Amino acid sequence: MKSEKRAKPKIGVFKFASCDGCQLTLLDAEEDLLAVAQAVEIAYFPEASRRMRKGPFDIALVEGSITTHHDAQRIHQIRRASKLLVTIGACATSGGIQALRNWQDAGEMARVVYARPSYISTLKLSTPIAEHVEVDYELRGCPIQKGQLLELLSALLAGRKPNVPTYSVCVECKRRGSVCVMVAQGIPCLGPVTQAGCGAICPAYNRGCYGCFGPMESPNTTALSDHFRILGQTPTQIQHAWRGMNAWAWEFRKASEEVKVP
Amino acid sequence: MRASSPPREGVLPRSRLSALFQALQEWGYEIIGPQIRDQAIVYDVLDRAEDLAAGYREEHAPGRYRLTPRAQQKVFASTASIHAWKRFLYPPEIKLYQISLNSSQAQIESLATPVRKRAFLGVRPCDLHAIAVQDRIFTGGVYRDPYYEANRAATLLIAVNCDEPGATCFCGSMGSGPSATHGFDLLLTEILEPEHRFLIESGSAAGEAILSRLPVTPPQEEDRTAAQDLHRQACQKFQRFVDTNELRELMYAQAESEHWEKVARRCFACANCTQVCPTCFCVNFEDSSDVSGATAQRWRRWDSCFHLSFSYIHGGSVRTSVGARYRQWITHKLASWWDQFGTSGCVGCGRCVTWCPAAIDITAEAKALGTLTRSERAHAST
Ligand code: SF4
Ligand code: SF4
Ligand code: SF4
Ligand code: SF4
Repeated sequence: MKSEKRAKPKIGVFKFASCDGCQLTLLDAEEDLLAVAQAVEIAYFPEASRRMRKGPFDIALVEGSITTHHDAQRIHQIRRASKLLVTIGACATSGGIQALRNWQDAGEMARVVYARPSYISTLKLSTPIAEHVEVDYELRGCPIQKGQLLELLSALLAGRKPNVPTYSVCVECKRRGSVCVMVAQGIPCLGPVTQAGCGAICPAYNRGCYGCFGPMESPNTTALSDHFRILGQTPTQIQHAWRGMNAWAWEFRKASEEVKVP
Repeated sequence: MRASSPPREGVLPRSRLSALFQALQEWGYEIIGPQIRDQAIVYDVLDRAEDLAAGYREEHAPGRYRLTPRAQQKVFASTASIHAWKRFLYPPEIKLYQISLNSSQAQIESLATPVRKRAFLGVRPCDLHAIAVQDRIFTGGVYRDPYYEANRAATLLIAVNCDEPGATCFCGSMGSGPSATHGFDLLLTEILEPEHRFLIESGSAAGEAILSRLPVTPPQEEDRTAAQDLHRQACQKFQRFVDTNELRELMYAQAESEHWEKVARRCFACANCTQVCPTCFCVNFEDSSDVSGATAQRWRRWDSCFHLSFSYIHGGSVRTSVGARYRQWITHKLASWWDQFGTSGCVGCGRCVTWCPAAIDITAEAKALGTLTRSERAHAST
């Protein structure tokens, strides 16, 4: 048994284009937050503390997508300064809801939205972190699930494999004992192609899954689009279903583009 | 023979059904039975006979279920409900044990869930067979599951014969319904005309003991005739069939079939079929620790052969294509289960047909695979 005091692993929490909801999940960990603070040194977390220490970091938690030239450079600095880089949430892992602009003209949108579009310097696309640097682990979700975050941190600290399932939301839906809303009510549900993690919350409240956790390990999106059609969804509705928080995740993106919208 | 042996049969008027609840509760049983939740009939804890889902009709089709009210006040109107009884005997998730580190000592705490005396009320004949199949798996061999065994020993099975098979039921083909012959503590036949009543038969000492406390009258000729008529009518109502003749060989012959890729185009690999199947038993053991590293737990969670991670060994998953995963599942259910456990892995409850969101129908797939083998054989012999 080790008795000597090891230096606590240094953690940095970094933000790119995002809503802060995923970082907040860490602050929302409440009773577990103390344990986290005891187990690691939270060296850089502007959302929580003004004390911002420099790297290198043992673990970087990265939230948000890359949308500006500056972002695209900064993520490389973070990667260089971090042993492990973990992306957290739909923005960081797939480009986020802001990736909806990837199908539009970003300059055109800036002109519509901002009084002085000349102040806006943005990339054409909102892209996930993994398109820019190597990512060691990813946590899906919009926002991420607190239990999964703690599980991942605990696993990294203990040097064991994290239990982060890659199967469908349906598995959690059945474990929970919910009645399938798609079969029993004809409500379109993305559960069969979406990765587990949320605990199948939406079906438990009589709604179809919105796909917050992105594509599962082997998503059959074509079959689900077909099924949505049988359930009476219009092509536009089907395309909108794919274009949510994980619109730019490759399989969802492909599915949305396959829909023939008249 | 004892002079005053307890009654083995009796007739209970519908109006006195609460007496059954009372007797069970006095004996300390928690009653689990059909009730309405989220627009479906599910099995859960019942406190009173009034909470049973009377006066409803279920509609079953591949990938489709609807519950609608009907005038007739039949009490046991549902077929095998979405969540099988295995939920209670073999829960979806249990914490097996916890290890805590105190100073320099590791303490191991076993966390087997406390066992409750439970009465399952409204078990369909197919599910009696499914429970018998799981009994064989978990209590019949060298490797026994103590959690299942303890739950099972504390469970009373009150079965109800089926007179209205659902559109996805095919127990008639699998020899497991629509009427029960054994494996129950009590067996009910619900008779609606002329008076709404239950013909009750006991199948064990525990069943007899409960029956002896009920306000029943001895069955008359018309009660027996009515029950037989219901059975005959039920047998006529099946809409799905599986030809079990040579089924195992027919399935094995299709191991390399192109048919699997056809199914894979429709299948989500969502695992719903395995989660609702009353005989599927695959689980995963997951170890986790807390942030401080002071405690670690071992969990057991339902898993499925439809998951990539399920067949993951060094170097990758064994069954990468969805076709291979569907093949694994249906071949296990209909063929290799015989080699492994000496029974069919499928009892024909129809759950996987109704609750597959992609409307994949095991009876249709079995038929398609059988036809392929037969035509290949015919071809080879010409
Ligand atoms: S409600 Fe959705 S997530 Fe749940 S089983 Fe049905 S399809 Fe899957
Ligand atoms: S499969 Fe047979 S026993 Fe099971 S519910 Fe249907 S009719 Fe009843
Ligand atoms: S057969 Fe149906 S329920 Fe089973 S994994 Fe495929 S789509 Fe899901
Ligand atoms: S394979 Fe399907 S029909 Fe057969 S026992 Fe399992 S769920 Fe029921």
